[in-house]
Amino acid sequence: MTPSDDPLLDAQGVAKSFGAVRALTDARLTLARGEVVALMGANGAGKSTFVKILTGALQPDRGHVRIRGQSAQVGSPAQARRSGLVPVYQEPSLIPDLCVADNLRLVDTPVDGFRHWLTELAHGDLRLDAMIRDLPLASLRIVDLARALAMRPDVLLLDELTAALPTDLVDRVLTVARQQAADGRGVIYISHRFAEISRLCDRATVLRDGATVGEVDIAPGIEDQVVEMMLGARIDLGKRAAAIARPRPEGRPRLRVENLAVAPKLVDASLALHPGEVLGVVALEGQGQDELFDALAGFRTPLSGRIEVDGVAAGFRHPADAIAAGLTLVPGNRAEALFRERSVRENIAMPFSARPGAWGPLRMRHEKARVAEAIERLQIDTRAQGEVQRLSGGNQQKVTIGRWLAHGVRTMLLFDPTRGIDVRTKRQIYPLVRELADQGAAVLFYTSELEEIPLACDRAIVIFNGRVVDMVEATEADEERLMRAAYGLTGSEGAA
Amino acid sequence: MSDIHPKPAEHVAPLVRLGRFLKDNPVIPLIGFLFALIGILELMRPGIVSVFWAGNLIKFAIPLAMLAAAQVLTMLTGGIDLSVGIVATCSAFVTATLTPLIGPAPAMLVAMGTGVIVGLVNGFGVAIARVHPLIMTLGTGLIATGCLQVYQRFVISTGTDIPAVLEWLGTGRSWNLPNGLFLFIPFAGFVLWLMRYTGFGRLLFALGSNEKAAKLSGVRSWQVLMALYVLSGLIAALTGLLYLGMIRAPSLSLAVPLMLPSVAAAVIGGTSIFGGRGSFAGAMVGALILRVIDTMLTLARMPEGARIALFGLIILAVTALYVRLSETR
Repeated sequence: MTPSDDPLLDAQGVAKSFGAVRALTDARLTLARGEVVALMGANGAGKSTFVKILTGALQPDRGHVRIRGQSAQVGSPAQARRSGLVPVYQEPSLIPDLCVADNLRLVDTPVDGFRHWLTELAHGDLRLDAMIRDLPLASLRIVDLARALAMRPDVLLLDELTAALPTDLVDRVLTVARQQAADGRGVIYISHRFAEISRLCDRATVLRDGATVGEVDIAPGIEDQVVEMMLGARIDLGKRAAAIARPRPEGRPRLRVENLAVAPKLVDASLALHPGEVLGVVALEGQGQDELFDALAGFRTPLSGRIEVDGVAAGFRHPADAIAAGLTLVPGNRAEALFRERSVRENIAMPFSARPGAWGPLRMRHEKARVAEAIERLQIDTRAQGEVQRLSGGNQQKVTIGRWLAHGVRTMLLFDPTRGIDVRTKRQIYPLVRELADQGAAVLFYTSELEEIPLACDRAIVIFNGRVVDMVEATEADEERLMRAAYGLTGSEGAA
Repeated sequence: MSDIHPKPAEHVAPLVRLGRFLKDNPVIPLIGFLFALIGILELMRPGIVSVFWAGNLIKFAIPLAMLAAAQVLTMLTGGIDLSVGIVATCSAFVTATLTPLIGPAPAMLVAMGTGVIVGLVNGFGVAIARVHPLIMTLGTGLIATGCLQVYQRFVISTGTDIPAVLEWLGTGRSWNLPNGLFLFIPFAGFVLWLMRYTGFGRLLFALGSNEKAAKLSGVRSWQVLMALYVLSGLIAALTGLLYLGMIRAPSLSLAVPLMLPSVAAAVIGGTSIFGGRGSFAGAMVGALILRVIDTMLTLARMPEGARIALFGLIILAVTALYVRLSETR
């Protein structure tokens, strides 16, 4: 076998565990010269771990990664780079306080090649002495990509590079990637967007539960097959509790959002949320759901659009404004919500003291009663007395929810409240969400785990690429339907 | 994942265990350390420790402990107030020079006003312009120093007078104890109550612990920081009044030497400069410890320069040791 017959990149039997968690069990990927291969997988399939191993940022427990037939294991990102694999990520790896030229020097990038690719990518007029921090995100991604291309990599790995890029730049990126393949190089393309994958890629490699479950040639109508492969045996209709059909509520909504745009990723979101309703939000990572929740909670100011609470237009400049309007957020990252070295009680009672009118003596009896009620209702395990950081993850999450139960709930914004917590706690959270709604609260519920939608919600909106593209009733919300919707495959026929 | 934390069957090193104990009860070992130092002092000069001496020790620790209160409160939020020394000086100087002109009560009122003004400027810089507290308070301290020198030119001919009540508080004794305690005990009670039993105190801890979580809870941090630095200015001005009665010789740098020891007293007392953790009880003991060390160095008959240098060295060593022990987990 001559060297040129070897695949450009060949990864076989790659496995990686983090403690008891087996992130990868048997990941495979081959890439031949002249090929563009899509790497696909649902949330938690092990995609990001696999990418880290391919690029040398992580060492596999088992298996091997060969680049250009060289059996040497990829030991570090620098080694991977030397052997010809260069990655470009959604978050540019540039140093903000240096100018473009200095960032090039850091990794010995040939300036002429860089200039050439900038021009190809419609950024020919970019100044090399511009500071990275002054450039818009789209330009940063282009700089990062041009820098990678200038190193003339054999394998280019593009990870969600086109998310939130304007259409004309997406076209340029796809053209350049295709050119790479035509020149006898290879491209690994990671994206949630079938439209781009069918335009660009030759094959797709699908990961599920840490293993490569199949490789398919890209052809028209391949989407259904890929979605099926991503879901696999996870469709277990028998186990799922039947969702109850609830009529769409009528009357004035508690919360109405119209054509909301929030930088950088949310382009156009509209929704109506009624008292007594749990509205799910389905979205792949980074489709604009973070921006939606941040804007509703007063953390970010929308670029345009309208938020109405009980029929009155609202402009939130601070979370305090949102709380006053009854909108309370449980954020995705617990670390952002907790005072780690303070007590459970103080954590739950904090909103009581927020307004200057409440800076005086603490109302101990009132506070104790409200906190005890919240702890009781959530069954928070407070055996670990004292600092909140001594609680388990599930109990910490309950504290962040309990804070708003004690405060009083009108409109609850739950952003992925079950991420990274144990199954028992998860099962306590769904009925609680339901109960809150039955008592008149309105709940907006984003989850990264699709099977939670029929368990907790009445219906769900789907956000794709910054827009609300679909609305699914809980009774129809099987995982396949939701997955297809999350990948933007169902069009906007059902959108409200 | 289980909800039950298994009891770790770990072997804890004695030093680590001591560290944990220090972290949970910072005041107890500090009091032990204080008495050990007093014991050493008694060995150095037998017979020196008496009720009168103890009264004197407390008397000179009071202004230090009051300024340390300002440091503890600001440090809880991750801040610091380096303008307290000069604010106390301004307050003292203004009182002494205005008393002959407008009477003692209005003079003291104006003096407290200077504390409020500096506090407002600090608060604006830290809370709204988001300047780092270290830089902001250092800057306002310098500005205040300059203003005080300009002010001195206008009042140089009026002479000075010290209100009788301040002299009584600063130099008088009741039952062998300094009268300063009549001011300090209510003051300390107020600070302890503020930190533990009020919404404002809780917010100070919250801001230092996790500002983002405080924001999520609806706390507008600028309001809290603004009020905090005004309070800090007021505490400094009040300290200046007491110190004026104690020293009875207003100068342009009267209370400035107290500034760094006030920071040291707070840190020795178990307050974290990174915010979220602090104790005023500890700072009070810290102030006493610093005073005892100062006495020891004076007794050792060292030249002034060596004494100051050694004092700095000891502050660093004690603080480093304490931080090392209490940060160990």
